[in-house]
Amino acid sequence: MSGKRVLTGRYFMMGNVACAEGAIAAGCEFAAGYPITPATEIANRLAERLPQVGGAFFQMEDEISAIAAVIGASWTGRKSMTVTSGPGISLMLENIGFAIGVETPCVIVNVQRGAPTTGMPTVGIQGDMVQARRGSHGDYEIIALCPSSPQEMFEHTIIAFNDAERYRTPVFILSDAFVGHMREEVVIPEAGKIKTEYRKIPPEGIPPLEIKGFLDEDVAPMPIFGKGFKAHVTSSCHDEYGRRNLIDISALDHFVKKLSHKILKHKEEIIIVEKDYEGAEIVLVSYGAVARAAKEAALRARKEGLPVGTLRLITVWPFPKEEIERMARQARWVIVLENNLGQIYPYIKAEAARFSEVSFIPPKMIGQLHDPEEILTTIREMVK
Amino acid sequence: MNELVHPLHRFKRPTVVHTTFCPGCGDGMIAQAILRAIDGLGMDLDDFIFVSGIGCAAWIPSPLFYADVLHTTHGRPIAFAFGIKMGLPEKKVMVISGDGDLVAIGGNHLIHNARRNIEMVVICVNNGIYGMTGGQAAPTTPMGIQTTTTPYGTVENTFNISQLVKAAGASFVACWTTAHPRQLTNSIKKAIQKKGFAFIEVFSQCPIQFGRKTGVGSAIQMLEDYKKRSISVQEAKTLSEEELKDKIVVGELVDVEKPEMVEEIKKMKERASGEKG
Repeated sequence: MSGKRVLTGRYFMMGNVACAEGAIAAGCEFAAGYPITPATEIANRLAERLPQVGGAFFQMEDEISAIAAVIGASWTGRKSMTVTSGPGISLMLENIGFAIGVETPCVIVNVQRGAPTTGMPTVGIQGDMVQARRGSHGDYEIIALCPSSPQEMFEHTIIAFNDAERYRTPVFILSDAFVGHMREEVVIPEAGKIKTEYRKIPPEGIPPLEIKGFLDEDVAPMPIFGKGFKAHVTSSCHDEYGRRNLIDISALDHFVKKLSHKILKHKEEIIIVEKDYEGAEIVLVSYGAVARAAKEAALRARKEGLPVGTLRLITVWPFPKEEIERMARQARWVIVLENNLGQIYPYIKAEAARFSEVSFIPPKMIGQLHDPEEILTTIREMVK
Repeated sequence: MNELVHPLHRFKRPTVVHTTFCPGCGDGMIAQAILRAIDGLGMDLDDFIFVSGIGCAAWIPSPLFYADVLHTTHGRPIAFAFGIKMGLPEKKVMVISGDGDLVAIGGNHLIHNARRNIEMVVICVNNGIYGMTGGQAAPTTPMGIQTTTTPYGTVENTFNISQLVKAAGASFVACWTTAHPRQLTNSIKKAIQKKGFAFIEVFSQCPIQFGRKTGVGSAIQMLEDYKKRSISVQEAKTLSEEELKDKIVVGELVDVEKPEMVEEIKKMKERASGEKG
């Protein structure tokens, strides 16, 4: 195998492998994880490929140390990531909050599997959607992307790294066992065509006490280690200079709000949706693997002359509420499709219900992809 | 008249005007031992990245040391330090935290990184209690001691931390008490220069949450007690387990050469990228 960062070419590739290749193409140098189905192929590929390009994958003693090591490596200026599934995320959540609190760029891939608890490892569900948003304690904002094909496992991982670097924050890839294990055509472009970003850092030689390295809504430069910035980095409540403050509640207010506003202020640049609902009275809203079924159902419906469109959330977090509202103002019926008991549905309903009738369709069985024909049956009933 | 300046003053973060330690706490003595060792080796704080967890001892470097400092979640500083060392292998990485942080909640990271023998210095301040949260029992609190969570006395056996880390495979292990500041400083110097996982346990008095509540007494009385109970590694070899029961075995328990992880990773990368056969 070649030692190149970008393996330009056309491949028949597994989603998980494409994710690893996307990470390396984005400039990832450090990865740490713990073996878990159905994410292991990403770790395996990273373990093989990263050392060829000067990086390394480290198998840690647990997921807690994996995310800790990723954050530590990121503070040395290395683009870093971890890969896991729901049980691993559950263990990582405290340190994910830490990464948010001290504004650490990193990518966290969750190849979701049958849950709750140890669940059913090889089955894909979308069971951890709200966990990514609300799992760690306290108020915060997160960025999460939902790929629905191996090609997107490659592309979204690059976007995730770029968002992580630009906004100094952890970014989730919320994939699932279906997309992770799916094999399809993956086209890897030439290296020059892949846009990669790198975090701002303070100018060299700046007096350390003058560095405002935290809590800027427009993203503070990151005083990475080893450059003489003498950075004091604490996840305890701190100010712009990183100084701990545990007695003044106005400091806490500032800490919580600045971190959240940093993401919310840039929502428009972050959010990606795919819309195909012009003139549609019924809009199917979905994300990830389920979006493939929604697309197929809409296609068949239109062939029957039914006015059906789709809205696909590529970034589920921050929640694209303006996009939902825009769609709902036009649609008469909004149908939310998810491979779970309705995790994003309440968020969509909250925005859409003022303008249209909103309903939810789970798959016939949780863990099974929606049958486009069954979606179609519901649609036919609706327009009767 | 010239202003008197503490010889370690240049190592103090200028924004820090006081520490958070209680009167009589051993943490200030340990901070001095660390900084004197660095000073004695002719090194600068920019040669180091300091990492700490949660608890009183974690506030030794954070924010006191004028260096890159990462103050992390409870129990995880060694795991964060792993990523830092891999990212900046040419820097010295030093973890400073307490027994509750490193051995109770973070015990798994301690033994696994000792096993890996990754080059870093870990200083474990063992005060035998959870000080910051108000005197709860730790895995190092002696049997029978009344604490806030063991009002009828502790009922658990304790960890011998140094022996644990030795068994896990660290290439340098030393144990001292705050009654041995010079010996401690010398061992820290050795630990900094060690190519491997270098661990130092320091028994340190917590006169507020341990001394006062257990009746062991003031800081001075606790230091006297440490002196009385300490015996050297050599001397300990001649004693039975029963005779060693209340003793603190001080000195350097391990100082060996063995494969170190950062070096091994370097070699692995050369193999993988085809730079060397």
